[in-house]
Amino acid sequence: MALIELRDLKKIYDLGEIQVAALKGVTLDIHEGEFLALIGPSGSGKSTLMNSLGCLDRPTGGSYRLAGEEVAGLDRNELARLRNRRIGFVFQNFNLLSRTTALENVEAPLLYNRDCPRWERKKRAIKLLERVGLGDRLDHRPNQLSGGQQQRVAIARSLVNRPSILLCDEPTGNLDTRTSREIMAFFRELNRQDGLTVILVTHDLEVARKTDRALVLIDGEVVIDTKDIERAAQVLQRRMRSDEDEGEQS
Amino acid sequence: MRLLDLVLLALKTLLKNKLRSGLTILGVVIGIASVTTIVSIGQGGQQLIQDQFANLGTNVIAVIPGSGQSGGVRQGIVPTLTPGDAKALAQECPSIKAVSPLVGAAGQVIGGNSNWKPEQMFGVGPDYLIIRNWPIESGEFFTERDINGATKVCVVGQTIATQLFPGTDAVGQQVRVKNIPFQIIGVLARKGTNMFGQDQDDILLMPYTTVQKRLQGSTFSNLGAILVSATTQELSRQAEQEIRAVLSERHKIAPGHPPDFRVQNTIEALAIMNIVTGSLTAMLAVIAAISLVVGGVGIMNIMLVSVTERTREIGIRMALGARPRDILYQFLVESVVLSSIGGAIGIALGISASAGLAALINKFLPSSNWPFTVSLPAALGAMLFAAIVGVFFGFYPARRASQLDPIEALRYE
Ligand SMILES: Nc1ncnc2c1ncn2[C@@H]1O[C@H](COP(=O)(O)OP(=O)(O)O)[C@@H](O)[C@H]1O
Ligand SMILES: [Mg+2]
Repeated sequence: MALIELRDLKKIYDLGEIQVAALKGVTLDIHEGEFLALIGPSGSGKSTLMNSLGCLDRPTGGSYRLAGEEVAGLDRNELARLRNRRIGFVFQNFNLLSRTTALENVEAPLLYNRDCPRWERKKRAIKLLERVGLGDRLDHRPNQLSGGQQQRVAIARSLVNRPSILLCDEPTGNLDTRTSREIMAFFRELNRQDGLTVILVTHDLEVARKTDRALVLIDGEVVIDTKDIERAAQVLQRRMRSDEDEGEQS
Repeated sequence: MRLLDLVLLALKTLLKNKLRSGLTILGVVIGIASVTTIVSIGQGGQQLIQDQFANLGTNVIAVIPGSGQSGGVRQGIVPTLTPGDAKALAQECPSIKAVSPLVGAAGQVIGGNSNWKPEQMFGVGPDYLIIRNWPIESGEFFTERDINGATKVCVVGQTIATQLFPGTDAVGQQVRVKNIPFQIIGVLARKGTNMFGQDQDDILLMPYTTVQKRLQGSTFSNLGAILVSATTQELSRQAEQEIRAVLSERHKIAPGHPPDFRVQNTIEALAIMNIVTGSLTAMLAVIAAISLVVGGVGIMNIMLVSVTERTREIGIRMALGARPRDILYQFLVESVVLSSIGGAIGIALGISASAGLAALINKFLPSSNWPFTVSLPAALGAMLFAAIVGVFFGFYPARRASQLDPIEALRYE
């Protein structure tokens, strides 16, 4: 059984006059321990798909099974529990709690986990901050940290409840090349050493090449799903070029 | 989330915005402070009145001569009460514990090496001290035998004792009133000043017969008043009726005609005073409570702004696994902590204000002896009310926060 099973997953935004189909029936399996990249042009539905996978958003059709459990039937509390325990989020804009220290940011998910005793929180958070190399920045607030450091706090936070899936929506989008490489290396380490399933959205082919499997999403549809990242890159580039040509012709 | 975490989180959040938090609770502070002050002052006043009535004696009913009326012509106050009336009341009224005639007197008292003009000088019966609930400090009070013999004895209050015989025991000493020598046989316990600033210890008591025969030299046996003590507070009204019945009979007052005496029931007066001051206090407290509600609306207003401002925070927390209920409690606890802190400050302010007011009253009216009371139930009630205000006015904003959609909240700019 796959960790994630999507069958004909659909998401239609109903804007009253018009309906926007952000996902037009996505079917795929993701197994535990995979490291995969979701690539595609802007507006192709990558974030929508990630938010559905992360139980933040509700698809409007199809089926999503997470570890065998159908997510569509869950209520808000059960979804919150899944986000808290099974899923870690890393966002492009970090989404740290402002005016809150790095340590408190990393501890935050533990507030919503009754199985973690109070005394253990700080210990866990410090250990993770040390692991991402911020052991000396515990009391720094987001505005006192660089972008790379903020993203590392966010990664530490995403790991604090020991999730099985890490969902990263353009995690390196706001970072320079060197910091991106460091972050990618860390994801690889998490995937190899901790067996974490890492799914990341990127439009940077350089980043995608570091992963094991690539999915190309165009207009809400998966056009190719392959372990051959170069092929995925070619498909993507060809599609984008033809779109441009169409745009020029019309 | 655990309650402790919620409270700590609320405190942290509120401390991050000290100025705003302070301004937010201002309304509640003022509301609670005014409720506390008003209730304290009101209770002080009530206490004062009660003390004064207690000072008068136990369940005292005073019978005084009224305006006699004959043939429709008012005759003014005529002395119509006699020792016989007093005796009859004592014998015939079952709801009465003690009776004492009372006649007024005045004059200089000469004793030791000085003289003194007592503020109060009365001729009374042996039961007078029972009625006034006034213990004797040394010596003894006069008895029925002194009444019958109109003996030249007297009992004095603390002021006279110390004025005339400082440093020595006044009991056994001689004093002269209108050149007649009296022997002091007892000294009363200290009673202090009354509501009107009158020194109640500046008093000299003697048998009423002595006053009538030796000081007034009159053959009239009329009394200034008859003091009566009802058996219990509950029976005071009944006692009053019995008094009216007995005296009407004795004075041959035809039914439907106005009596030639008046009955003043201090218990009734006390009850009325209590109702008046109580309802006045309640009314003012209600007005103050309305200001508290206004304070609550202030909290709600700021909480609504806060929820909007912190939409992203809410989104982030939801992404991290906060359930709607966690968000609801977070904002609710924030609002309750705010209003409770406001309540605590308000109570402290209110207590200081009422202590200050009591001190001020006593400073400018030295005789008033205004008691400073802190009503614990009122303070606790106010605190509870503040917390309820927090829950009530915090609920709507908190609920709004908890119902946000995670994705929309995360995207909020
Ligand atoms: N809240 C929304 N309301 C309406 N349309 C939306 C909303 N969110 C996304 N969309 C639309 O859905 C499509 C996919 O968006 P998104 O998943 O953000 O794309 P990507 O992340 O690949 O750039 C886009 O056409 C976008 O305009
Ligand atoms: Mg996106």
